[in-house]
Amino acid sequence: MTIISRKKKEKIDRLAELAARDDERGVSLWQEAFRRLRRNPAAMVGAVILGLFVIVSVVGPFLVPYAPEAQHWKDEIRVGFLPGVRAENWFGVDHIGRDQFSRMIVGARQTLLVGVVATMIGLAVGSLIGGIAGAAAGLGGRWGRAVDNVLMRFIDMLLAMPSLLLAISIAAILGAGLTTVMIAVGAVSVPVFARLLRGSMIAQSNSDYVLAATSLGVRKPKIALSHVIPNSLAPVIVQATLTLATAIIEAAALSFLGLGNNDAAIPEWGMMLADAQRYIDIAPRLAILPALGIIITALGFTLLGEAMREALDPKLRK
Amino acid sequence: MALLEVDDLSVTFARRNQRAVHAVDGVSFSVDAGEVVGLVGESGCGKSVTSLAIMGLLPKQPGLRVGGKAVFDGTDLLQLDDRSRRDIRGRDIAMIFQDPLSSLNPVIPIGLQVTEVLTRHRGMKGDAAAKEAAQLLDRVGIPDPKRRLKEYPHQLSGGMRQRALIAMAVACQPRLLIADEPTTALDVTIQAQILELLKDLVRDSGTALVMITHDLGVVAGMCDTINVLYGGRVVETARRRPLFREPRHPYTVGLLGSVPRLDAGRGEKLNPIPGSVRDLLPWADGCAFAPRCTRRVDACVGQPPELVLAHDGRSYRCVNPAPVPGLTPAEAAPVTVAGAADVPVADEPPAPAAGPVPAPREEEKP
Repeated sequence: MTIISRKKKEKIDRLAELAARDDERGVSLWQEAFRRLRRNPAAMVGAVILGLFVIVSVVGPFLVPYAPEAQHWKDEIRVGFLPGVRAENWFGVDHIGRDQFSRMIVGARQTLLVGVVATMIGLAVGSLIGGIAGAAAGLGGRWGRAVDNVLMRFIDMLLAMPSLLLAISIAAILGAGLTTVMIAVGAVSVPVFARLLRGSMIAQSNSDYVLAATSLGVRKPKIALSHVIPNSLAPVIVQATLTLATAIIEAAALSFLGLGNNDAAIPEWGMMLADAQRYIDIAPRLAILPALGIIITALGFTLLGEAMREALDPKLRK
Repeated sequence: MALLEVDDLSVTFARRNQRAVHAVDGVSFSVDAGEVVGLVGESGCGKSVTSLAIMGLLPKQPGLRVGGKAVFDGTDLLQLDDRSRRDIRGRDIAMIFQDPLSSLNPVIPIGLQVTEVLTRHRGMKGDAAAKEAAQLLDRVGIPDPKRRLKEYPHQLSGGMRQRALIAMAVACQPRLLIADEPTTALDVTIQAQILELLKDLVRDSGTALVMITHDLGVVAGMCDTINVLYGGRVVETARRRPLFREPRHPYTVGLLGSVPRLDAGRGEKLNPIPGSVRDLLPWADGCAFAPRCTRRVDACVGQPPELVLAHDGRSYRCVNPAPVPGLTPAEAAPVTVAGAADVPVADEPPAPAAGPVPAPREEEKP
C-alpha cells in the first residue's frame, strides 16, 4: 500500500478547490446552453455574420462615402448603360445615379430595424396571448379552458390566412410605410409565438414540480409566472431568432411589392431589389447585391437559431 | 380524535365507453399526531391516488369522482373549496414526492423554491426568508446551505435534492406529512439517510407521517401502523410487529415471502406472488386478490370479503386468513401492545371457508 505524500495531497486539494470554485455561483440552464452554443461552429458562423451585420447597420450610416439619396452620377447614365464598379463607386451606380454601396450600408440598418421590431411585436403580442391561453388551459379549471378556446380560435383565424396575404391586407389597411411593414410582418408571426408558448406551457403544467408547488399551497398565478413560464421560454426564444430571418425576408417581399417605405432618402434592400429588376440585363449586380444581403443575414439568424434550438433542447443534452 | 381520519375514501375514473376504474375503493385509515402510518402495496394498488385525493391534487378531469371523507383536524378535506385547500397545503399538510429531480423546478435556484413557501405561508421576505431557508437546509442536513441556496437542482446530488424537497415540505412545520415513495429514486445508502432524517423530523416536531411505499424494509424501519393495500382497498391493517410476525392476509404473507432475506439458506428460492395485478376482480364480485391467492376457497368469489377485526386492533379482509405461524396465545402476548384488551384469540386457528367473523372493535393506546 502506498502512502500519498503530503505534497501530492496538497496539490490534489488545491485542484479540487479550483474545480469547486468554478460552479460556486451556480450554473443556470441558460449559462449551460450558452456554453454549448460557443462550442458549435455553425452557431459561431451565424454569430459572426450577425455581429458584422449589426456593426454595419449601427455604425455604417455614419461612415458612408455619399448620401444614399444623392444622385451625383445622374449625367453619366445613358440608355443601356449604368456606371459599374469603380474606385469612387465600389458597388457601382444605380438607375438614377445614386451610389449603390452607400445605399446597401444604409439599407442594412432599415433591414435590421424592420426585422427586430417586427419580431418584437410578434413576440410580445404572441407571448401575451399564448401565455394567457397556456396558463388558463394548463392551470385554470373549466373557465380556463373557455378562455383558452376563445383565444386559440382567434389565433387559428390568423393562422388560416396565408402569411403574405395577411401582411398585404394589413399593409393595405394601414397604408404603405415602414411602420406598416413592421406591424404587418409582426402580425404574421403572432400565431406562431402564441401557439408555441401555449403548447409548451400546457406541457409544463403537467410536470412534477408544478404538482409539488401546488402541494405546498403556492397560488396559481405565482405558479404560472415563476414555474411554468420560465420553463416554457426556450422554444419561444429559439423561434424568435428564426423569425428574425423570415421577418427580414418578408419585409423585403413587402417592400418589393411596393408596400414598404417609399422615401428615397431611406433605402431598403427589398425596395432596391424591386427597383433593380428592370435593369437586371444591363446591371445584374443591382439585384444580386441586395439579394445577397438578405440571404446572408437570414442565413446568419437561421444558423444561430438552429444552434440555439440544439443547445436548449433537453433531449439533445448529454 | 385522530389527526387525520380517512373514511371510506373512493376514487373512480370514469371513461367514455369503458368500464370505470375504481382506483381507490373504500379505503379507511387514521393517523394520530406523531404517528407514522404506512400505506404499502405494489404498483397500481392505489397508494398514490389515495394521497393525491387527500391533498386534492388529482387532476380535475371529467369522469373523476372522489367519495368518502378525509377529516383532518375536524374539517373534511374533500369538501373544502380551492382557496382554503390551498391555505392548508404546505402549511398544515405537506407532501414529499417520489422523484426529487422532476419535483424541483430546473430553471430556478433551490433557494427561491424554498423561500417561495416561506413567503406564501409565513409572509417572510428578502433577507429574513433567505436566512430561514438556509436554516431549513441546514436542518435537513445540507452542508454549506448558503451556497446551496444559489444552486440549481441539477447541481445537487439525488439525496441532496430530496433533502431540499423535504426542507420545503417542513418549512411551515406542518402537522401532517405525506411522503409518497420518498426513497424510491435514491440508492440504498442515501435511502437510509433520508429515512433517518424523516424519523428525526417526526420525533422532534411531533409531525404525523403517512409513508407510502412498496418497500417493506422501509416500512419495517419506520412505521407504527401499517395498512396493506391491494386493488384499491385496505386488505390488512396492523401495528408493525404483529404484521411482520404474523401476517394474516395471504397477500401480506406473499409480500413478506417475496422479500429476499439475508438469513435465507443458500440456493433457497424467493417465493413470488403468482400472476400480476392485471387479473384483478372487481371487488363487488369477491376478493380482488382471489385470482392470485394460494389460499383461495369458494367463499372468496361471490361477495366482497368483509373487514375482519382481530385482537389488538388489527384487521384484515379475508375469509381464509393465513394461520398464525406456530404461536400459542401465550407467546403472542408480548407482541401485543400494552393495554390491548385480552379478548380470547378465537379466530387464530385456520378456519377454511369460514364466513366473516365479526369481532368487537378494540381500543388501542400506543
